[in-house]
Amino acid sequence: MSDATIEKATLEIPVEIPVDAINPVEPFLRMDRMPHIWCPGCGIGTTVNCFTRALLASKRNLDKVAVVSGIGCTGRVAGYARLDSFHTTHGRAIPFATGLKLANPELDVVVYSGDGDLFAIGGNHFIHAARRNMDLKVICVNNLTYAMTGGQTAPTTPGKVISATAPYGVFEPAFNLVALAEAAGAAYVARWTTYHVKQLSRAMEEILSRKGFCFIEVLSPCPTLYQRRNKMGDGLDAMKYYKQASKIRPGARPSECDLTRDGEIVVGKFVDRERPGYLELLHSQMTETLGERYAEPEVSCCGEC
Amino acid sequence: MVKGSVAISVERCKGCGFCVEFCPTHVLALSSAFNSKGYHPPNVVDGQKCSGCDLCGMYCPDFAIYGVRDAR
Amino acid sequence: MHADPKGVLTGVHFIDGDHACCEGALAAGARFAAGYPITPSTEVVERFASRIPTVGGIFIQMEDELAASIAIQGAVWGGAKAFTVTSGPGFSLMMEHIGYAAMTETPCVFVNVQRGGPSTGLPTLPAQADMMQARWGSHGDYGVIALCPNSPQECFDLTVTGFNLAEEFRVPVMMMLDECVGHMTEKVVIPGAEKIGITPRRYTRLPPEEFRLFQPQADKVPDMLRAGDGYRFHVTGLTHDERGYPSMNVDTQDRTIRRLQDKLAPLADERALSEAEHLEDAEVVVVSYGITSRVAQRALEMARERGIRAGKFRIVSAWPFPERRIRELAGRVKALVVPELNLGQMVHEVSRAAQGRAAVIPVSHAGGSVHRPETILKAIVEAAR
Repeated sequence: MSDATIEKATLEIPVEIPVDAINPVEPFLRMDRMPHIWCPGCGIGTTVNCFTRALLASKRNLDKVAVVSGIGCTGRVAGYARLDSFHTTHGRAIPFATGLKLANPELDVVVYSGDGDLFAIGGNHFIHAARRNMDLKVICVNNLTYAMTGGQTAPTTPGKVISATAPYGVFEPAFNLVALAEAAGAAYVARWTTYHVKQLSRAMEEILSRKGFCFIEVLSPCPTLYQRRNKMGDGLDAMKYYKQASKIRPGARPSECDLTRDGEIVVGKFVDRERPGYLELLHSQMTETLGERYAEPEVSCCGEC
Repeated sequence: MVKGSVAISVERCKGCGFCVEFCPTHVLALSSAFNSKGYHPPNVVDGQKCSGCDLCGMYCPDFAIYGVRDAR
Repeated sequence: MHADPKGVLTGVHFIDGDHACCEGALAAGARFAAGYPITPSTEVVERFASRIPTVGGIFIQMEDELAASIAIQGAVWGGAKAFTVTSGPGFSLMMEHIGYAAMTETPCVFVNVQRGGPSTGLPTLPAQADMMQARWGSHGDYGVIALCPNSPQECFDLTVTGFNLAEEFRVPVMMMLDECVGHMTEKVVIPGAEKIGITPRRYTRLPPEEFRLFQPQADKVPDMLRAGDGYRFHVTGLTHDERGYPSMNVDTQDRTIRRLQDKLAPLADERALSEAEHLEDAEVVVVSYGITSRVAQRALEMARERGIRAGKFRIVSAWPFPERRIRELAGRVKALVVPELNLGQMVHEVSRAAQGRAAVIPVSHAGGSVHRPETILKAIVEAAR
């Protein structure tokens, strides 16, 4: 393109917006860090929009919402969120979040991380936090790969897919994250895709307003690596696939909702059950055995201690 | 009939096409012009159909567009 | 300020080092501990688990040391004083998170009750072979503080000191016990709470718009925060600027990483913790730490009985290494004898600091028991020749 052509390409879009309107997502972002690092057509930003709407709708006190991420593309969400946020080590967002929540139970602690981070290196921590029904809201953006490092095989990468570390095609069986979450004891388990923005926002709002270990898997495109290496088009092609292949089945059995390379995507809320939470169990056990001698935990100190 | 409009931050757009595809009333299309990074942002081709539902805003991974309902 | 009486078990006790360490943590204000069982350290958290419900706090046994070492940091950012406890194999697992604590300047305490290594080694027997690992175990350039108690009483006292130093320098502190000190039972006097000095967390007084979580004060240490107070701050292990935002370039790296070590400089110098005896006329000085210093004490007595002018320099704060003291000492004596329960670790630091001004003689021991006083005496005698 010649320089002249580029100069002429100033876009004029006739719009009439209310004078004081702003993008609803902006108050939740560290605008001094924009633009973000995510690729064209990546769905992580879409999930952040949904999270923003969910925070607004839940009416939670945002000073008390903390976001904890691990390492990876989705892990970068913590850095962009204008909340108390923690970008921790690979796979260890959940135990960090556990300590944070137990030190200050007033906090709404959201773990926002990717499939490799939460289920490969972080797998052990996921199942134990679910087992304990630790009051954490876990949002897992599943792009079926290790995107940040170049598209290597993840425990979620479906069979036959080409990845950076499986150049002849993945042959390992993949994890079914929602089944894992249910089996480990999660109180709330849902799967949506970045196509299902309304349902995803509502699900995020739901988990912000309830107690217990809540898990939402969000399928998202990785156009630069997953899509490109497998000649699956770009982000929009992935979104169209999600639209076409998704079947909303609330209450479906998670173990029957495996994901494959091109097959059906079962989405919906699968598990929503009451289980006693970790702190509830702790309190009840201690008061039962110690009675009056039990001292309520005062873990967080304000500087006078 | 509910009316609305969209605001587009041209320089943030990375031309992914989500907003164009998923606008329920087909208000948008990718323009032939491009921003300073070489992406084709959307423009409004049928503003009358915009309800201000903000689905475009929810889809946009780059926070480059949002919809608002017009004040009555 | 002084300790919160709720956590102070005032009185005269007959307990072992592990138990005393737990009491030190409670006295220091620790109200959160996360741990994983590993011999010979487990008693520290077992006691904490049994004490904390009546003091008012939380113990959680995590699924592994990786989880324990980061859970305590989550708790610190939630406002707690927190610690974890382990031994060699667990210490190795915790290394990434020790680096995270150093990089994010998270004040917390890691207790390592050292045992024979490497690998599974000698789970129930003493060694001091993690000393270099305590300093260098995580990747990259960073600094930590490490303290070496040599008795159950010191396990109490120095744990309190460890917590205080963690707060003062916003750094992870390594309590380097060993199986012998941890499992030996001795008299431990715990004073009244008003007699125990505690360094409070230096929370900022600035409002959110002005405060920068990684902006150092004059002492090169930034003020602290906790989640939930409306500051909307960010913490990352990526190289970051004063705002805490990732800033991955050469200038920020140079500025930030150097400061992580520089802020600890006073401890290598005038604030180094040590104990000395008979240095005025010494020709040979035994430099030791931890349980070995107890054996060395006997060897020194025996040397003096033989007319050798032997002196003692006991390292209490091993990291940052007390360079200045050792360098001075090396200028005045003939030899520095360094017995350790390892094949030579801190002796290399002594050598480095001595700069050839005195002979540096290691007395190594692969671990599994303590030295015999005669072994150390032999080295002293030969050094004096």
